[in-house]
Amino acid sequence: MTVPVDTRVGDRILRFDRTERVLHWANAVLVIICMVTAAILYFGPLSAVVGRRTLVKDIHVLAGLALPVPFVAALAGRWRAGVRADAARLGRWIGDDTVWLRTRGRAADVRLGKFNGGQKLNATFLAGVLPVLLLTGVIMRWFDPFPDSWRTGATFVHDLGAFGVWIAVTGHIVKSLAEPEMLRSMVSGWVPAGWAERHRPRWHEEVSAPDRTDDRVDRDDRVDASGQR
Amino acid sequence: MTEAAEGTRFGRRAVLGLLGFGAAGVVFGSKAQGLVDKALRPLTVRDRTGLTSYLPGSGRFRIYSVTGHSPKRTAAEYRLTVDGLVDEPLSLTFEELRTGLPQTRLTKDFQCVTGWRVEDVEWAGVTVADVLDRAGVAAGATHLRFHSFDGTYTETLTLDQARRPDVLVAHVMLGEPVTRVHGGPVRLYVAPMYGYKSLKWLERIEVTDSLEPVGYWEELGYDVDAWIGRSNGRRDEPA
Repeated sequence: MTVPVDTRVGDRILRFDRTERVLHWANAVLVIICMVTAAILYFGPLSAVVGRRTLVKDIHVLAGLALPVPFVAALAGRWRAGVRADAARLGRWIGDDTVWLRTRGRAADVRLGKFNGGQKLNATFLAGVLPVLLLTGVIMRWFDPFPDSWRTGATFVHDLGAFGVWIAVTGHIVKSLAEPEMLRSMVSGWVPAGWAERHRPRWHEEVSAPDRTDDRVDRDDRVDASGQR
Repeated sequence: MTEAAEGTRFGRRAVLGLLGFGAAGVVFGSKAQGLVDKALRPLTVRDRTGLTSYLPGSGRFRIYSVTGHSPKRTAAEYRLTVDGLVDEPLSLTFEELRTGLPQTRLTKDFQCVTGWRVEDVEWAGVTVADVLDRAGVAAGATHLRFHSFDGTYTETLTLDQARRPDVLVAHVMLGEPVTRVHGGPVRLYVAPMYGYKSLKWLERIEVTDSLEPVGYWEELGYDVDAWIGRSNGRRDEPA
């Protein structure tokens, strides 16, 4: 038995369970394949250097069509609890998020929950824009049943959305490298409770509440053992 | 109180909003793109960096090279072969194409079958008709097959199509010598047809009595007679 997400075990908190981590990295690989092949297809000088347009296009289309697979798999069974809980957290905006965003994270007294405003906006934007890119991509690839103007419109939306993804994902990577604790939590799952207390006080308080730690204490040993694997 | 019970739920609404925006963009994007192009015109025509051409929707060339690299041939080493059913096979140098044959200038749009269009492109070169007159077409000839020195790309036209005054062996495109990525030093420009007929890196014109084998894109299912607005299921304005 593994620990549910948002569980404090000793001085560590499980920030992302295994399903969430696998989902994140599977999605990341597909999105990055799409982004790289997109750049080759879009920018003339790159297209000219790489060539092989048919192959590049096929890779782009296949990676794009595969985008829903990790999400469907992650939500298909009992293992989905963490994904659903965090999706709900990412979709909620609190007053402190606004303050955090306005002060670009510099205000001392903001009490953030598990995610900051940037993470919420990034996740929400991608959750909306990736399906749009998938559907417009399908129209571009299988255009026969659609009017000409749809094909042009789909291309326009696809281009715009792709620019948005490039900005969002680049920002996401830059920010995660600037705060290694967050990157590490997406690899191992865990964050030190001290980090959470400093950077995510609202979440820290929630997962450290006495009634929540007490009933998990007896699991400590097994968790530590599995964490070492 | 858990965090998930606080604040406002914005996520679902934002996602649905983006989906709606995307759907509207598909249906009306073609119009929006036209407006954006017009609005950006003053900016894009003066842009010497070429960066504005990467804005979504602006009329620009997209490079659809099918082979591993853009083939390279300098103007000095370039030769255009004209052979097959001709009275006299030709091997024309770049200089002969530029100065030894009647020059034709056209300012016309380039329309791609995938939907993008670049307006008012300046082309110059020799009409295919003038090249054919120099070589002399033998009796029984019906078609032309164009070969690219990328080794893969071929195209065909009927003799009648190729003799139109707006079908060029072009050495000028966008008002300048045709660049390597655009198919230089010499490419075909078939104004009344979709862009895939305007073969890049032209090195050989073969006069034949057969349409077969069809060209590269036709093999992949595109129409052989690629009239703009009257083929490939599209309704574009003629160039």
